Amino acid sequence: MTIVQTVDLRKSFGSVQALNGLDLVVRGGQIHGFIGPNGAGKTTTIRILLGMLKPSSGQASLFGRDAWRDAVDIHRRTAYVPGEVSLWPNLTGGEALDLFGRLRGKQDPRRRAELIERFDLDPSKKCGTYSKGNRQKVALIAAFASDAELFILDEPTSGLDPLMEQVFQDYVRELKVQGRSVLLSSHILSEVEKLCDFVSIIREGVIIESGSLEELRHLTSTHVAVQTKRPLSGLEQLPGVEDVVERDGLVHFSVEAEYLGSVITHLSAFDIVKLESSPPTLEDLFIRHYRGQGEGR
Amino acid sequence: MKDLFTGVLPLCRFVWRQERWRVMLWCCIMIIVNVLVVLTYTEIYPSAVERQAMAQTMRNPAMTFMLGPGYGLDDYTIGAMVGHEMLLFTALAAAAMNILLVNVQTRSAEEDGRQELLLSLPVGRVSNLSALLVVSLLSNLGLALLAGVSMASLGVESVDFTSSLLYGLLLGVTGLFFAGLTALLAQAAESSRGSLGLAFSVLGLMYLVRGLGDLGREWLALVSPLGLILRAQVYVGNIWWPVFVMLVGSAVLWWGAFYFRRERDLGAGLIPSRPGRESASRLLTTPLALAFRLQRTTIIGWLCALFLLGLAYGSVFGDLELFLEGNEFLRDLLPAVQGYTLTEAFLGMVTLVMSMMAVIPALLTVLRLRREEKSGRLESLLALPVSRGKVLRSFVQLSIMVAIVAMLVSGLGLWLAVNAVLKDGYGFLPMLGASLAQLPGMLGIVAVAVFCLGTQPKYTGLAWAYLGYSFVAVYFGGLIGLPEWTAKLSSFSYNPQMPAEPFRPLIAALVLAVSLVLMAAGAVGYRRRDLGL
Repeated sequence: MTIVQTVDLRKSFGSVQALNGLDLVVRGGQIHGFIGPNGAGKTTTIRILLGMLKPSSGQASLFGRDAWRDAVDIHRRTAYVPGEVSLWPNLTGGEALDLFGRLRGKQDPRRRAELIERFDLDPSKKCGTYSKGNRQKVALIAAFASDAELFILDEPTSGLDPLMEQVFQDYVRELKVQGRSVLLSSHILSEVEKLCDFVSIIREGVIIESGSLEELRHLTSTHVAVQTKRPLSGLEQLPGVEDVVERDGLVHFSVEAEYLGSVITHLSAFDIVKLESSPPTLEDLFIRHYRGQGEGR
Repeated sequence: MKDLFTGVLPLCRFVWRQERWRVMLWCCIMIIVNVLVVLTYTEIYPSAVERQAMAQTMRNPAMTFMLGPGYGLDDYTIGAMVGHEMLLFTALAAAAMNILLVNVQTRSAEEDGRQELLLSLPVGRVSNLSALLVVSLLSNLGLALLAGVSMASLGVESVDFTSSLLYGLLLGVTGLFFAGLTALLAQAAESSRGSLGLAFSVLGLMYLVRGLGDLGREWLALVSPLGLILRAQVYVGNIWWPVFVMLVGSAVLWWGAFYFRRERDLGAGLIPSRPGRESASRLLTTPLALAFRLQRTTIIGWLCALFLLGLAYGSVFGDLELFLEGNEFLRDLLPAVQGYTLTEAFLGMVTLVMSMMAVIPALLTVLRLRREEKSGRLESLLALPVSRGKVLRSFVQLSIMVAIVAMLVSGLGLWLAVNAVLKDGYGFLPMLGASLAQLPGMLGIVAVAVFCLGTQPKYTGLAWAYLGYSFVAVYFGGLIGLPEWTAKLSSFSYNPQMPAEPFRPLIAALVLAVSLVLMAAGAVGYRRRDLGL
């Protein structure tokens, strides 16, 4: 089932084109990573999905309903955590949590108490005295305490310490087990790599790559380090092989996924002693897409 | 020991550099207002007869409560009038200036981490406080001298140099005293909102204590610094000891601030911030409740102020006929209507002016929504199943309720005071009706604000401009000879000045209808536009 879908979504602010025909699909049960550098259009996309901004053209729908027109009904089934959480300085954290819970409808007091304890939040303090991390905790607790089907998280861990990040990740995994969907916008790639099964990469207002992490890895070179009995030769001439370097008795190189087989065949002729291969990290993927801006894909 | 004060000199310049415009603006406004009052008084009270009429008014307890005990009333010179009527309120302004100055440079700087950055440099622990003391001392001295000299230079006979100097110094020592108080409270509270709230609460309390003391208990008035400075009887008795008492008091407060600043950790407060509610009250369930919760302090503060304003206006009525007959300026302001006394005409005008004041908290309430939007908090709210229309409606509803209550409260104050000073007073219900009849004009301003909010969110300030325009065009328009149509542009010009003018339901309905159309247009725009720009 498709939970989020945008078709040829465009948004301009005056002469600035923020989104240039963005097509994004999040299916039910997916933990969908939404990555891209600052200014690529992540937050604009999210704010259109939430009905805060009206698209200049194109469509944005959640649960099959129009993001702009049916915002209130959509929000009944959606929880949102902004990247920069701003709360009412003269309300306490507890009051803010209750307000969020009540405006949403019902809230489970046990779940609220459990989350407050896990995230180690003092709900009796005024929001004005909270640090950035603590404000973020309030928004996260409000979201996780809800029974929403879709969670839109915009860089939700930017102020959290590593321990709290762990707690956050536990709860996201719990959502996945329960079959709920998450759109996680982030530029902490290790986090996306840990949590997400699907990734969309945005650049200059368009999705330039989208798919499961596995699929995306196939598009990128694998790094290989090899040691052979007999001196290695002819590697550079093989198709798909790049960056051949010899260091500490090992030959390092990278090879595109589709040529991996032929390279291994070539290597085996030299009596392999040791072979290490590491899959491309999301960072490699990301950098590959962003290197050489303006070249297109 | 010496290390504690390292770097004071550059810090003095640094503090002054940050605060100079604010301090100079405050001082200029205080001085200009005082100078203008002296000039205006010589203009509108040229002869002793008119001034004695005013002195009559000053004898009444409501005035004593507001301004302090009258003095020199037997020979009410311009100097005596200015000293009695202006000192307290100008001193309040000087205190407010110092509270804001000190708080932003102490607790607020500490909270934002600016203090930490400075202390990581080779700078003593109390250097910043010392620099602040120097700046506050010099600013208040500057205010004292400038105020004194500029008032003395006007060449008004009873506003002589020595008295004006005393007047200025009284302002200066009040400023220094409240600067010291804030510096001390900043050591005590853990948050800058907390220390600021404490300082202003003490200021308000001192004003009240002084008011109660002035009504009969001399010792109570002397407990309050604001009561103390009034004992100087500036321009009449010129008693100097209050200045010295205030200086000693300021020294004690500043010493306390230094002592505690030296002893405590950075960021810590002497009073631990007390924990708030862990869960929200059962009432905080709707956007309307939230709107009220956010505006609660502002609304209550304004309602108190409006009640006092009603009392103040009402207390003048005792000797009004006498007063108005001798005063050409005020008579020109009043519309001449056959069959009604000048008092009744004045009552109508007072109600109109009060409605222009009472619309301020209503306007603040509806425009709070814009602040919520700019701060990003509205986004969190609208990401919940809450529609924009509902949020806008809640703030507008609250704003209208505030407008109604504000008129009731100010009308009540006016009625209480008028009936206390007049033998045959006015009925409660007609007075209430006259107050509520001002609502259509007030809603007109709120409607302009809603329209801007929905269609031109960057220019919500237009609503304030429209209110300012209304005030000038309707209140002063006739006096300064503006053509009649300029007043007709203001929604307030359609308000009846009862009892001298009748209430015309059709006109009221028309103004309401136009307001509703504007609000509806604003609401449509609000539902259609992008948020958070």
